[in-house]
Amino acid sequence: MPAIPLDEPGAYVAAAYVIFVVLLVLYVAVMARHITRTREDLRRLADTFREDG
Amino acid sequence: MPGGRLPILGALTAAALGTAFGLVFFYAPIDADQGFVQKIFYLHVPLGIVTLGGFVGGAIMGAQFLRTRDRRWDLRSYVAIHLSLVLAVGVLATGSIWARASWGHWWVWSEPMLVSFLVVFLLYCCYQPLRFAIQDPDLQARAAAAFAVMAGAFVPLNFVAVRLAEAVTHPRVLSATGGQMPGAMRLTFVAGLLAMALLYVLLWRLELLRKTTAIELRALRRSLDERTTSSIQSFAAADQRPTLH
Repeated sequence: MPAIPLDEPGAYVAAAYVIFVVLLVLYVAVMARHITRTREDLRRLADTFREDG
Repeated sequence: MPGGRLPILGALTAAALGTAFGLVFFYAPIDADQGFVQKIFYLHVPLGIVTLGGFVGGAIMGAQFLRTRDRRWDLRSYVAIHLSLVLAVGVLATGSIWARASWGHWWVWSEPMLVSFLVVFLLYCCYQPLRFAIQDPDLQARAAAAFAVMAGAFVPLNFVAVRLAEAVTHPRVLSATGGQMPGAMRLTFVAGLLAMALLYVLLWRLELLRKTTAIELRALRRSLDERTTSSIQSFAAADQRPTLH
């Protein structure tokens, strides 16, 4: 027997868990985008310091 | 905030989530009343408890800010509320799916538990517009902390009021005696709650670390810009100084 039965209740349970995972992935993706931006800012700042000697 | 323990926390969270989901689908028995649909309970209820706990945590941190005027508490409170608001979307979505599967309706307006959670969600939806409508950073932090404290106090009051009210359809699975859950179901629920709590702490710390780093970087850039401007001004002043021949 599969962990999630392939009938109507199974589809609802799968939908609930998939929504949770999608929400989590979206949140982490947005955070990763912000971290990338912060890293770019840091690289630009480091470049400015290097140019100033 | 040090981020050295984050990989350990991340690994713990992943293990806890994996264990909890494994217990849900391979260990917990099928509910005699609701059938397989009851499996949503192990996701929906822990997520709801952690979300409301996050709002209360945000209130406590806001109160700490008002007491100490330490801006770090304001940031912690902001991140806790922001994260809880995101997770609240998950609570509403999973709850709605469970309602549809069990009761045949996506939403039941006569159910106090559902409506009260929606009220709490909508209340906290006002937090960010209120916060960012104020430009002065000190006033912004004070107003946001005051809002967090008042809204946070409303959360447990609301919860108690709803539990005292007679439920129309929403199941009461948690009580002072532990409810009528069999041992396997209770273990699965506790595992789910622990996993959600760890996930919340992990995301809260990650977001806090990201925001703290961004704030420090902005401050560094500002101070560098000020230093560059003052150097240019001193060079310009030196150029205009009369020279002796």
